Amino acid sequence: MTASPTAPVGPTTGPVALAARGVRKSFHGVEVLHGVDFTLHRGEVHGLVGQNGAGKSTLVKILNGVYAGDAGELEINGTPAVVRGRDEAGKRAIAMVFQEFSLITSMSVGQNILLAREPTGRSGLIDDREVRRRAQAALARVGADIDPDRLVEDLPVGSRQLVEIAKAISQDASILILDEPTASLSATEIQSLSQAIRNLTTHGISVVFISHHLNEVVDICDRVTVLRDGNVTLSGPTSEVTLSTMIEAMLGKSLESALAYQARDVDRTGPPLLRVAGLRNSRVHDVSCELWAGEILGVAGLLGSGKSELLRAIFGIDRLDAGTVELRGRPAHIRNPADALRVGIALVPEDRGRAGLVREHSVGHNILMASWTRYARGGFVDDRAANTAAGSFVEQLRIRTQGLQPPVKTLSGGNQQKVVVAKNLSASPRVLLLDDPTVGVDVGSKREILMEVRELAAHGTGVMLVSSELEVLSGLADRVLVMRDHAVRAVLERSAAGDLSEEALSRAVQE
Amino acid sequence: MSDGQSAVVPGRGRLRIPRRLPSGAVVYIGFVGIFLFFAVTLRDNGFLTIDNQLNVLRQTAFVSVMAFGTTFALSAGEIDLSIGQVVALTAMVTAVLLRDMNALVAVPAGLSVGVITGLTNGLLTTKLRVPSFLITLGMGGIIGGLSRWITNLQPVPVLDDNYTFVFGSGNIGPFPTLFVWTIAVLLVAHLVYRKTTFGRQLLATGGNRIAARYSGINTARIRIASLVICSVTASLAGLLYVGRLHSARYTLGETDLLTVIAAAVIGGTSMAGGRGSIMGALLGSLVMGVLNNGLILMGFSITEQDIARGVIIIVAVALSLREAPEG
Repeated sequence: MTASPTAPVGPTTGPVALAARGVRKSFHGVEVLHGVDFTLHRGEVHGLVGQNGAGKSTLVKILNGVYAGDAGELEINGTPAVVRGRDEAGKRAIAMVFQEFSLITSMSVGQNILLAREPTGRSGLIDDREVRRRAQAALARVGADIDPDRLVEDLPVGSRQLVEIAKAISQDASILILDEPTASLSATEIQSLSQAIRNLTTHGISVVFISHHLNEVVDICDRVTVLRDGNVTLSGPTSEVTLSTMIEAMLGKSLESALAYQARDVDRTGPPLLRVAGLRNSRVHDVSCELWAGEILGVAGLLGSGKSELLRAIFGIDRLDAGTVELRGRPAHIRNPADALRVGIALVPEDRGRAGLVREHSVGHNILMASWTRYARGGFVDDRAANTAAGSFVEQLRIRTQGLQPPVKTLSGGNQQKVVVAKNLSASPRVLLLDDPTVGVDVGSKREILMEVRELAAHGTGVMLVSSELEVLSGLADRVLVMRDHAVRAVLERSAAGDLSEEALSRAVQE
Repeated sequence: MSDGQSAVVPGRGRLRIPRRLPSGAVVYIGFVGIFLFFAVTLRDNGFLTIDNQLNVLRQTAFVSVMAFGTTFALSAGEIDLSIGQVVALTAMVTAVLLRDMNALVAVPAGLSVGVITGLTNGLLTTKLRVPSFLITLGMGGIIGGLSRWITNLQPVPVLDDNYTFVFGSGNIGPFPTLFVWTIAVLLVAHLVYRKTTFGRQLLATGGNRIAARYSGINTARIRIASLVICSVTASLAGLLYVGRLHSARYTLGETDLLTVIAAAVIGGTSMAGGRGSIMGALLGSLVMGVLNNGLILMGFSITEQDIARGVIIIVAVALSLREAPEG
């Protein structure tokens, strides 16, 4: 090792492990990376930060060869790599650990670490002792004290993360990319992860650390690079940046006019449309809130803060241990989504592919999925009425489709999302719950979806809007619940002038 | 073309089947191809005679009726492997009650075998969260044992002429009652599958159960109903077997399971759920029936027929799945 293992912080003078210059990438004619530079030194922990859609994951996928870049230069450990061609991630000595674990839980730690690379003895059978030895060596490099014979399913999440990292580095990777590694970890687990990362750097391994938690980035990383809309807006040692400069670099000043807040007259004199009191289960801890007709109530929080789970609890998907939901002062007994829809609560789920759509079915049938009984007589569907209704939703939401017949999977992501919104509107809800409705959606569709949400509120629908995009909350929400560790930590109100800045939101979320 | 053939085709055209032509197209082309092949190669063995074609229609009735039910189960993302045993138990119960009481008791009692089995299958599948293929596999063992136990392996003769006329042995004009039953069940099944809210919710449930639940569909109820429908069609097939053979045996329906599932799948129904066709199931079972008939006329022995049928089913199902999207 030529790196200086004695200086753990800021080895910016050491040899370069990875250098990318002018990386460009377009999807469907839209450029999402506009010439990005990224330098990773040996033995360095480098934070990669940016809002959803800023280009972090695209960049990382080009670095490890999953995507081919359109232009730019790439050098790994001093050897030029082809930015425009795909090759195997393993060849690049880059290992990536994703948020979703790739471990096989029914197998042992050792078997997982050496999966598909099991050492064999002379007989051709797997040499279990060698498996254990190599697994132990990999775990030792991470600094994890885990028995290689234990089953992964018996390990807590934090230890699984360490096993995952051990597996990655046991494949002789010198560069490790961690995608939101702390999202599902407790505070002590984050501590030991941070220690494990430090151990790796003393072995000359470089780490790219992707996170939404800016505090952790400052704590764990030597350097940080901030991406916004496919450009690098900040890059430097963490000792020289503050939380505010990072937030500013993340958000920029470019607020679309469509996202400018429009004041609404919400009549809060009567009883609330929706009152949630003392909602509690394993993922939501004693949450109470009120929503008035015509109001857009924002919910902010990081991944794992419980914001999606709050909506799921109200909608009757996750079971409640305690708490009540009232609509217009009347208790609503919601045990499943069917009950929720019956009393007039609809949910646009976070994961449209998994929970929103039947991908193979037609656009029309997807829109009508929640409301067939409305367009039926004696159980028989009145297809003419149903299609007319579906067609009017296609028009209202400007869903770009060749009629109602094509399978919904042939539509773009934004238009698929509009189909999910249309499906929920077809049930004529009085309360609409939206779980990050604009994530992974193109700008045009995003605007149209948000305009529709405004329109609904203007007509008296109560909207609860969960979003990981602060500009969305800043532009639409009348009030914002801030969630952390499964509970509401603050309620942000607009100032007299109607201001609720992204900076204020970001600060509240990061506290 | 024979009478039997032309009687089916116009009905198919009028009701206008598959939403997806590609997966439907295989079964049409396959059916015509196989039919023409036998029409030429077996023209001297009586393949094209009206008698033989009516025979094919009679023999396929049992499989057709069950294939309609199986289309419901598969479309909901479930499968029923106990239909063969439900046929046998229904037959035994019905035959014993025809002997000891009368048809007014025997027929409802026979059908209740299907209702009870389907309900049990459905409740166990949804409440215990065990895949239906395991539940129905176990249930098949239980039901099969019951039907052997009832009469101690003895066949039960049926002497009620009214019963046998209605259920499988009679003719109405030129048409065998078996054919009339097939068409009647076909129409009802097709309407329920294509035109009712239940049908739409069934397909949504099979296509993506989570999304269906988020859309307020009671997916457990839909899945239970699909298994009840499937089981009841097996019971109806049992009633028809008794009428056709004038007796009941515990071996009835024993070999039908594979043929029924093959018929449904060849007809364009997805094993993964969410897509299917009742008309396709009819075509699929006619394909199987014509193949069977052709093999017999070609002079294959019973054991050779079994081997040939196994091979053909694998080829046919593989062909029909190839055109399915993201198969």
